[in-house]
Amino acid sequence: MAITGILLETENGALKEAMLGIITAVRRSASDDICGLMLTAEGASVKTAAEKFGVNRIIEIQSDAGLERRPSLQAAALIDALRHYDITTLVGISSSGGSDLLARVAAELEAPLVLDCLALNIAGQTVQKSHFSGKTIATIKLTGSPMICGMRPNVTEPQPAPCDANLETFTSTAEDRRPVEIKDVKGTQSDDIELTEANIIVTGGRPVGAAENFKMLRELAAVLNAAVGASRAAVDAGYAPHSMQVGQTGKTVSPKLYLACGLSGSVQHFAGMKTSKTIVAINTDKDAPIFGKCDYGIVGDMFAVVPALTAAIKEAIQ
Amino acid sequence: MQIYVCVKHVPDTASNIRLTSPTAFDESVKFVVNPYDEYAVEEAVQIKEKQGGEVVVVTVGKEAAAVTMRSALAMGADRGILVRTDETFLDSGVTSRALKSAIEADGAPDLILAGKQSVDSEGMQTHYRLARAFDMPVATNVVSLQLDGGRATVEREAGGGLKEVIEMRTPCVVGAAKGLNAPRYPKFPDIMQAKKKEIKQIRLADLGIDPANGGAKVLALEKVPDRSGAVMLDGGAKEAADRLTAILVEQKIIRNGA
Repeated sequence: MAITGILLETENGALKEAMLGIITAVRRSASDDICGLMLTAEGASVKTAAEKFGVNRIIEIQSDAGLERRPSLQAAALIDALRHYDITTLVGISSSGGSDLLARVAAELEAPLVLDCLALNIAGQTVQKSHFSGKTIATIKLTGSPMICGMRPNVTEPQPAPCDANLETFTSTAEDRRPVEIKDVKGTQSDDIELTEANIIVTGGRPVGAAENFKMLRELAAVLNAAVGASRAAVDAGYAPHSMQVGQTGKTVSPKLYLACGLSGSVQHFAGMKTSKTIVAINTDKDAPIFGKCDYGIVGDMFAVVPALTAAIKEAIQ
Repeated sequence: MQIYVCVKHVPDTASNIRLTSPTAFDESVKFVVNPYDEYAVEEAVQIKEKQGGEVVVVTVGKEAAAVTMRSALAMGADRGILVRTDETFLDSGVTSRALKSAIEADGAPDLILAGKQSVDSEGMQTHYRLARAFDMPVATNVVSLQLDGGRATVEREAGGGLKEVIEMRTPCVVGAAKGLNAPRYPKFPDIMQAKKKEIKQIRLADLGIDPANGGAKVLALEKVPDRSGAVMLDGGAKEAADRLTAILVEQKIIRNGA
């Protein structure tokens, strides 16, 4: 029977929440055995969550040379495992690290790869993804084995499908042919929720007016358990770092709820959040283009609306 | 240094995409150098200005791509090579093989730069395949590049606000991200001079590459309309906020703790 491998990613020692929807998407579109592949020795930490959603086998891939901080060796070890277990489809999150690994594997194997998929049909070997910055959706046929896909987080609602997962270890003897080594990591791992994987996002545009004013948006984000983003204009004005930018030249996000505070609704911004399930816009300008592209609109000053919303939500979740 | 920069000819992101068939669109819209590739061209030109050498831009595209390549030449690249194809969408394996053949026939690369992704097909993988074809290491999402002897040290945006400092030996392939540099706006004399620079044209078939042999094929495109018919929540800030909160609770986006 064909096997589909899912590259499992963790965060703070647990399976990333964004993985659950991806496991569900794979389960629905493939009639194969599903096995979780890990490049860290965290199989035991993810077992409970993974098996709840239908992963019946977890393989911890390791190498005596040490995989940490060596993406090129991780790719080589992953390929070793794909061959050993005869895995014909490989799926992962289209995260920064995930996309990098999937691309390295696809390049080495000259296998077909589509990243940032919005839908998977593994049995039919087709996927869907954005083309032209969200203006169109392309249906793409993949030919060749293994078929490799990176999925956009939060496009599938996770659905439990409990089973038992066996845990095993695979030791790869693959060599690092073209070494790429991470010598250092700068910056502190923020406690903020990763934008690209967040379920709810509050984004501030240029009218936020100053870096300090993002505090107001963070307070709203805190009661919603949301991530905070910024428009290009806000970033260019110096109110937020580029890592917070949502949009065509920033990050692509796909949350359940996107709260756009002071955003005009440019094509370039929408390229980064068009697949959000519900879009709410707050803007003082009733003619702002965003009101023609959202689900709910509030014409008003965000400095009044956002704190009012924070208070109302706090009360509702009491 | 012999630097090759892979550049793609893409519709301007502000252009409207009007589908003329499931796999084609109206190409009379404005086309530009893929924005991420501009960072790659700028970086190559800056390296050349400091260390000497030649910057060659390489494009796989239709005939109209030559016009876009002139913009890269106006930024300071020395020559261009256009691998002509009539395909609107090319599998990245095919593209990377074409780039490799064209570059290899031209010279020995010390460094290859490309944008981290194109804004049309958003494949995010051509430079990985190119690196594999050349047996070179590759890193993408790069916001800083230092070259020192036989080594490249890059900073890569890794998500979560973190930057990875990565080392690779050269020659290598680097995928440029926004923030790597500030691409220059060519001045009129540069634009005039670019008209005289060479763009060599080769056909894909002459490289022995068949576009049909691709692993990923676009079967159909569908326009995604923007959602419309927004429900406007009127009233003052408090009223609108209360209404929105009720909607979020009803849609189970937030849980009513009561």
